[in-house]
Amino acid sequence: MKKIHVSTTVNGENVEYLCDPRETVLDVLRDRLNLTGAKEGCGTGDCGACSVTVDDRLVCSCLMLGVEAEGKNIATVEGMATGEKLHPLQKKFIEYAALQCGICTPGILVAAKSLLEKNPDPTETEVRYWLAGNLCRCTGYDKIIRAVMDTAADMREAS
Amino acid sequence: MALDDRKTTDFKFVGTRPDRPDGLDKVTGRALFGADAYAPGMLHGAIVRSPHAHARIVRIDTSKAEALDGVKAVVTRADFAKGLSGEFSFVLENVMAGEKALYDGHAVAAIAASSALIARDAVKLVEVEYEILPHVTDVDAAMAQDAPVLNASYADASVPAGHHPNVVRYHDSGHGDVEAGFAEADLVIEDSFKTEATHQGYIEPHACLATLGADGKGELWCSTQGHWIAQKTCAALVGIETSQLRVTASEIGGGFGGKTTVFVEPVALALSRKANRPVKVVMNRSEVFRATGPTSSTSMDIRIGMKKDGTITAAEGIYRLQGGAFPGAPMEFSAMCGFAPYALENVRQVGYDVISNRPKQAAYRAPGAPMASFAVESVIDELCNKLGLDPIDTRLKNASREGTKASYGPRFARIGLVETLEAAKAHPHYSAPLEPGQGRGVSCGFWFNHGGETSVSMSLSEDGTCQLAVGTPDIGGSRASMALMAAEVLGIPYENIRVTIADTATLGYNDVSHGSRVTYASGLATIKAAQDAVAKLSKRAAAKWGIPEDAVYWEDGCAKPSGANAGNFDPLPLADITQNMGATGGPISGHFEATPEGAGVSFGTHIVDAEVDPETGKTAVVRYTVIQDAGKAIHPTYVEGQFQGGAAQGIGWALNEEYVYGEDGRLQNSIFLDYRVPVASDLPMIDTVIVEVPNPGHPYGVRGVGETGIVPPLAAIANAVSAAAGVRLRHLPMSPPRILAALKAKAHEG
Amino acid sequence: MKVEVHLWSGLRALTGGLEKVEVEASTTGEMLQALTASYPALGPVIEAGVSVAVDGRVIASSLTEPLRPENEIFLMQRLKGG
Repeated sequence: MKKIHVSTTVNGENVEYLCDPRETVLDVLRDRLNLTGAKEGCGTGDCGACSVTVDDRLVCSCLMLGVEAEGKNIATVEGMATGEKLHPLQKKFIEYAALQCGICTPGILVAAKSLLEKNPDPTETEVRYWLAGNLCRCTGYDKIIRAVMDTAADMREAS
Repeated sequence: MALDDRKTTDFKFVGTRPDRPDGLDKVTGRALFGADAYAPGMLHGAIVRSPHAHARIVRIDTSKAEALDGVKAVVTRADFAKGLSGEFSFVLENVMAGEKALYDGHAVAAIAASSALIARDAVKLVEVEYEILPHVTDVDAAMAQDAPVLNASYADASVPAGHHPNVVRYHDSGHGDVEAGFAEADLVIEDSFKTEATHQGYIEPHACLATLGADGKGELWCSTQGHWIAQKTCAALVGIETSQLRVTASEIGGGFGGKTTVFVEPVALALSRKANRPVKVVMNRSEVFRATGPTSSTSMDIRIGMKKDGTITAAEGIYRLQGGAFPGAPMEFSAMCGFAPYALENVRQVGYDVISNRPKQAAYRAPGAPMASFAVESVIDELCNKLGLDPIDTRLKNASREGTKASYGPRFARIGLVETLEAAKAHPHYSAPLEPGQGRGVSCGFWFNHGGETSVSMSLSEDGTCQLAVGTPDIGGSRASMALMAAEVLGIPYENIRVTIADTATLGYNDVSHGSRVTYASGLATIKAAQDAVAKLSKRAAAKWGIPEDAVYWEDGCAKPSGANAGNFDPLPLADITQNMGATGGPISGHFEATPEGAGVSFGTHIVDAEVDPETGKTAVVRYTVIQDAGKAIHPTYVEGQFQGGAAQGIGWALNEEYVYGEDGRLQNSIFLDYRVPVASDLPMIDTVIVEVPNPGHPYGVRGVGETGIVPPLAAIANAVSAAAGVRLRHLPMSPPRILAALKAKAHEG
Repeated sequence: MKVEVHLWSGLRALTGGLEKVEVEASTTGEMLQALTASYPALGPVIEAGVSVAVDGRVIASSLTEPLRPENEIFLMQRLKGG
């Protein structure tokens, strides 16, 4: 199939690529832009390992076509830290051992960041429901939820 | 092990909770998992799979696929080794079908093409002619005399005469006289149980990147729990020498036993050899469900006799495990683990390994034990209910202790079951009031744990830091535990130790990251390797001071003279010795290779509160506490993580997860939307209590902690559901339709 | 030196009904060899993989563990894990 030219922004950088109309944003990020932080766990939008934001909206990048990214603003886990300074969620996830194998971590971090931007003071239930689209098979979620809640508290205090 | 090797108190590093060494990589997206590798000239592989549960492969026509622009190689069974026997022959048959497709999703051919899209298109162009055969997917149906025969040659000598050829292995063990024991009981309960197959459900699908040349030399990058077994298996399956295949383990996105074998790896190697290009193969989720290791489904009969005071007089269990189309269902572990928590004078257990038209089962966290425990602990709960006994007191009364003759034969060494039960009884959860509609359940669980072949190597750097190479993939933070144990022996800061998972070409053989063995066995080897390095460091200090080697001891990262007689020298720090080690005898390294055989068995006790919605049949787990013996927790936070993860998987197994096969033998729920694993909003916080009864077989007392946590949840939740809703569910999962049906049946009887 | 080895009951069919047998051996490896020599039907079972428990300590695979007549020795099916 003939490839289509796309111009978009990823983590604040202008990028261009050619992609097959059947390729997803996840395929493009991983195979064309060398951004392998977003993972494919299911390809059906059920596991959230490929979570990114598109114009600040949380999406599963496996459910969006590469050609649909034209003119959009995409943010991935690779763009979360500022220079060598980790995002507070990233620091807290390490501190709390909120990951075991780490495959779901990029998606969960992107999703949690998106939550805290919308709701800086979420209840435990709100965190659990917001992250219900991000599967983790290792942790039982306990330490993830605690890490997100504690980050939110720290960020509120700092602001 | 010499007694002076052991240390169980006064730890400086062990028992602390530092950040994991690979934390930054994992929170920034930098860590490279199976699918994250790329190579110049790389092709993408895709696999043609049978849509039939059981069919003879009459003809495979790949000509149209080969004609597609971009297709570089097609392989079928003819491209793999011939004449294999035993487990290798089963694995080969599983990764690429020979004469018959044995389950829905069974691989029959594979394509390598210049893009993943072309490879997928080419899959559709492969024409396979099948002669459809009768199939069977249920364990009891597969044992029935009229069941279709999958393979008449699989049954081994253990199977008594008169069984269907689908019964391929048999186990029978126990002691005492069970009938005499039942005669002594005041109450005997006998019930039948079923559990459905569940999948390990790791979030990372199987993925690899393979290169294999016509010279028989290969490179393989893959997501695996054990790259040496992957090396050995893949080399055998593609017919090359083991040593000529170098395997590097990627970061691994979960395994839980499911990545202890190979699926796409030999296929990628065969494709690469044919195309003479690197080939990457990544499964999609549906392939993972259809064609990789689920656990066994089971059918079990349990009979237990109890006196009015709670003493168990006899116990008998029959465990039938369906393990897919090949021998290997872990029925002997069901049999050996089910009654292990209890001191029984009269016990008998029988296991049947049954083949059926499903994917080859793979190990899943304490393989075989959770199902057995579900059945056994449900019956014990019923006995307690009927006799008006406290479930923890009753378990304490019968609990296995040091010296108890285990249900599987030998006597237990030092174990911590009683300690977990006492901790459960004392825990505020056990006495907390319940809301109306809620019920509380408890259950114990047992798992053996494992040692296995282990090699560790460490080298010291001139700046006084340490590089530690281990061969067990880090599946849940084990780099941190290894660095803590190395720091404890060397006496240098945790941060000064860099832990690498070495590839198969740079370290001796290592058994798989399974059997809860990593912290135990690689940990033991790390301690021994560090002690080896310390001996060499001490020798250098002795030479420098001109005193005998045995007049030097190591403490707090320094060589010290062992007393006034040895001489008066200032402590010599590690970095001062390594600084000029090149000029004082050469580089200093430590290593250790052995098969440690002292893995201590492990017990846990879980308490759970559940609430059942009588309208929908949905069960909510409202409070959960895991109490487990860790021997010694090296990094307590990651030990808690193992407890919590095991409990969460057990909750999924108990309430939601199941393989659903249609009448046509096809898997009906091969995506996460339909095979529902617990999500964050399904679960409460999971409280943990780490009990530490040191394992005499490890220098610091470590027992494996990875697997035991999945053993008790199934029964604990069933017992809680029984208490909450007044119905006893004997078929897992206790999904809303099954609970509703049970509630309706009860109302009807009522 | 003679050691006594307990078998799991399923093996009785292969030892002429015995669930406990005596063999000459001073290590786990010698014991397994002697078992195969005395009871050839056990050969395939031992080859398929067994573990040995010595006074409760489970030896998953080592053939060099020393045995003494007073040890309580059990043959078990080979341990593995997830």
